[in-house]
Amino acid sequence: MTVTAGKKREKLDRLAELAARDDEQGVSLWKEAFRRLRRNPAAIVGAVILTLFVLVAVIGPFLVPHPPEAQLWKGEVRLGDFPGPRAENWFGTDQLGRDEFSRMIVGARQTLLVGVVSTLIGLAIGSLIGGVAGAAAGLGGRWGRAVDNVLMRFIDMLLAMPSLLLAISIAALLGAGLTTVMIAVGVVSVPVFARLLRGSMIAQSNSDYVLAATSLGVKKPKIALTHVVPNSLAPVIVQATLTLATAIIEAAALSFLGLGNNDASIPEWGVMLADAQSYLDSAPRLAVLPALAIIVTALGFTLLGEAMREALDPKLRK
Amino acid sequence: MALLEVDDLSVTFARRGQRTVNAVDGVSFSVDAGEVVGLVGESGCGKSVTSLAIMGLLPKQPGLKVGGKAVFDGTDLLQLDDRSRRDIRGRDVAMIFQDPLSSLNPVIPIGLQVTEVLTRHRGMKGAAAEKEAVALLDRVGIPDPRRRLKEYPHQLSGGMRQRALIAMAVACQPRLLIADEPTTALDVTIQAQILELLKDLVRDSGTALVMITHDLGVVAGMCETINVLYAGKVVETARRRPLFREPRHPYTVGLLGSVPRLDAGRGERLNPIPGSVRDVLPWVEGCAFAPRCARRVDECVDGPPELVLAHDGRSYRCVNPAPVPGVTPDAAQALYREAPAAGEDAVPTPAEPGAVPAQAVPNDPPTVPGFGPAPREEESQ
Amino acid sequence: MTDEDILVEVRDLKVHFPIKRGVIFDRTIGHVKAVDGVDLRIPRGKTYGLVGESGCGKSTLGRALLQLNPPTGGEVVFDGVELGKLPAGKLRAMRRRMQMIFQDPMSSLDPRQNVESILTEGLQTHGIGGSRDERRKLIGETLDKVGLPRWALSRYPHEFSGGQRQRIGIARALVLGPELIVADEPVSALDVSIQAQVVNLLDELQDNLGLTYLVIAHDLAVVRHISDTVGVMYLGALVEEAPSDRLYTEPLHPYTRALMSAVPVPDPDVEDRRERILLSGDLPSPANPPSGCRFHTRCPWAQPTRCADERPVLREIGASRVACHWAEQIASGELRPHKVAVQLTRPAGEGEDPGVVSAPSEPGSYV
Repeated sequence: MTVTAGKKREKLDRLAELAARDDEQGVSLWKEAFRRLRRNPAAIVGAVILTLFVLVAVIGPFLVPHPPEAQLWKGEVRLGDFPGPRAENWFGTDQLGRDEFSRMIVGARQTLLVGVVSTLIGLAIGSLIGGVAGAAAGLGGRWGRAVDNVLMRFIDMLLAMPSLLLAISIAALLGAGLTTVMIAVGVVSVPVFARLLRGSMIAQSNSDYVLAATSLGVKKPKIALTHVVPNSLAPVIVQATLTLATAIIEAAALSFLGLGNNDASIPEWGVMLADAQSYLDSAPRLAVLPALAIIVTALGFTLLGEAMREALDPKLRK
Repeated sequence: MALLEVDDLSVTFARRGQRTVNAVDGVSFSVDAGEVVGLVGESGCGKSVTSLAIMGLLPKQPGLKVGGKAVFDGTDLLQLDDRSRRDIRGRDVAMIFQDPLSSLNPVIPIGLQVTEVLTRHRGMKGAAAEKEAVALLDRVGIPDPRRRLKEYPHQLSGGMRQRALIAMAVACQPRLLIADEPTTALDVTIQAQILELLKDLVRDSGTALVMITHDLGVVAGMCETINVLYAGKVVETARRRPLFREPRHPYTVGLLGSVPRLDAGRGERLNPIPGSVRDVLPWVEGCAFAPRCARRVDECVDGPPELVLAHDGRSYRCVNPAPVPGVTPDAAQALYREAPAAGEDAVPTPAEPGAVPAQAVPNDPPTVPGFGPAPREEESQ
Repeated sequence: MTDEDILVEVRDLKVHFPIKRGVIFDRTIGHVKAVDGVDLRIPRGKTYGLVGESGCGKSTLGRALLQLNPPTGGEVVFDGVELGKLPAGKLRAMRRRMQMIFQDPMSSLDPRQNVESILTEGLQTHGIGGSRDERRKLIGETLDKVGLPRWALSRYPHEFSGGQRQRIGIARALVLGPELIVADEPVSALDVSIQAQVVNLLDELQDNLGLTYLVIAHDLAVVRHISDTVGVMYLGALVEEAPSDRLYTEPLHPYTRALMSAVPVPDPDVEDRRERILLSGDLPSPANPPSGCRFHTRCPWAQPTRCADERPVLREIGASRVACHWAEQIASGELRPHKVAVQLTRPAGEGEDPGVVSAPSEPGSYV
């Protein structure tokens, strides 16, 4: 009898132990979100694509079989007939007799650079404007509201312009070039980040824990910094990941329109796509390959971004 | 033969990489024609999932498994195909939900939503349907019903929306009405109006009503038979007077001790149940309530406690029920308080909400979690 | 009441929210009178309960009392100091002595702070406990008081159950050693069995620490259980205030009677026996309250004279204060209830009347 009674007690004690694992540290929201992210197949696919992409972009240029700008097979190029895929040129050559494979690899670096830099531009300026506006709105008062109003009307103006048109005007103003593309694409994403951060901050400022901090007697600027901003960042980070995807596509579009890098020696997927359109009949692969690369990369960012959105969504937090 | 006979109903959600959740774990109860039956329990006890499973309204998803039987008037609702289930739903069995705004289509006028039901199930059309809709809205106490027909749900207040929803539910004179927390979102005075309306409807039309709620007060005023749910099982069934006067299951006793009563004096301490709904034992291993129970004995963790049938249609699932006959709830609570005969400090003091007395094992009371990061699925919110 | 030690006194408190409309420039087109002239006093060490239905302004009153919503008019005197006249810095320092407990324990805790950081924030703000060890000791004692284990310190709010989260919220208020605690619906988000735990905890803390409470709730049974005095609010004003036992035995205002009769009691015998006063219709909009007595549109005892055009003030009848012209006649049975036609109330921002809008929250002001 004592044995069975002991067993039963054990059973209940096990429950108790389950609860009292006091050695274990608490799991913060970020950790929790990461854990959920790892379980999401879409996130895994996105992460794999992006890892490959970044890897290619970083170390690819050192490994390419041929220099991308050298017109090594110029002699073999005839009008309407370039060397196709073969042992020495895996993807064939382009209309100038350059190795397409090497150009694709090196182009990844340009694409990554454009995507990251333009997103960072948008993120930095957008968050600054949005953060100031959000904080001003949160602090309230006549001046707070005025600052918020002025900043947001400016953002509305930016938002009212079609993004591609805005980018083209900026490019026209600064002249064609890689920097132009990055600035143009970056500026286009400014209003998105600004509105997102401001909206998120205002939503957070209305939350009970901000009221609780106020009732503790914490100063307003400190509340904004320690509570409001950290809790508003999640959607901005998700948006940054998604913006990387659109930035890559927009940069490609600008390059395609001839506003991008005019230095023909540095390959870039958008420019390659633009150049290839004249040869669509004879060598469709010249257009298909960069297009595919752009799409897959953008897809990688989008998948990861959406998965992050899901993982960070407080409503799904259970 | 009962109108609705739910037998060993179980609903499990299996998700990849997570523990399988037994939201409903063998629920059985029956509803006679014209009877008002209550399903009472706290969040996570499976009361809402039970009603959705009976209605076939659980969102179809991989990993969802519904077992058992729900026999309505001779047909097992769980075995029906979608089409015939839709026919029964709305015509013979109707449902009222907690949140009237999300249950009504926001872009369609109230009138059209009511006539739609009439057309679908009663074949009424045009002016006849409209006339009937006006009569229905009038019946549920919506003022100036003819004008209301053209209005949209967002133009009505919460109480009026719930009335409109009730009008739709009773449009086909169903034989069974399932109300899932119909008044939880409403203010007390509006709640009183809605409850009164439901009582009237049931009395006038002979519709059976299943009232799902967490509020013992609502149940006390409305239901003839009450089923108390805990962790997906019915732990006690009784007619309402015996249940409130002589609760047998320690959980029921605990619930009654937890509610502050309007007619009680100031200053008395309540007798809460220690721990939280997350501290459950899986039913296969014993009584799920054991970790929080003040009357726990060794047999509690032997296995799932059998249903004990008592006289007068009462039944409870407990090996050591509160000793009652002829005792008032107050005295029963006193018993509950004094129950641990052997314990010195066995009474659950509010200061140590984590500690649970184990009167049957006096020299070695196992501390049971009042707290703790417990199974995430049992989230009490 | 006069010779008691009054900790908080509220005099003619008003909180009006402007209703703004406009395309580019907002202009004020009206006011939502969330709180419209409330007087009350809370003696030290006692509990004042405030009940009313949603939209009656009880939460706004609680926040205005703590100066979390700036009052539009009237004054709040806390321990002899008028809070509205205090400069911002002094007010912040004063907050140590008056704390708040919130309804939703999840949303009132910053999800990115662990329990230790939640509890430390207030201590740091007020410079309580010089060293880290001293603070830890204070926090440990507070955890004991609210019945949380020590290992909770490193955990985050989402790892706790609803009842435990509410304990964290209580601990956050308690750690500063306040005198007044305003509890806004402290148990309404919790399960029944957990409600009782928290109610008992509040009771016990009051006994041990001599706290003064203002408990705001819609659940009359809960409020009556823990309060010494109960105030009933309707559309921004107190309609009745009475010792909590008296409120149940002798409700004087028709609204209080209706409210009492509407609260379900978990006892079939009581349920079957009791008198039912069903109010017709919904709460009128606080942006456009009825003239005279605000309850007259739904009052079963409304009289053709006075009720519609003269706003009743709180007057003392016995130990109660009641705002009804006919309280005595109703109590004596001289006036009988009659049927009231339903008046339709439009929900916020909808319907025919453009002035009907519910209380807006100040956009993003964490004042």
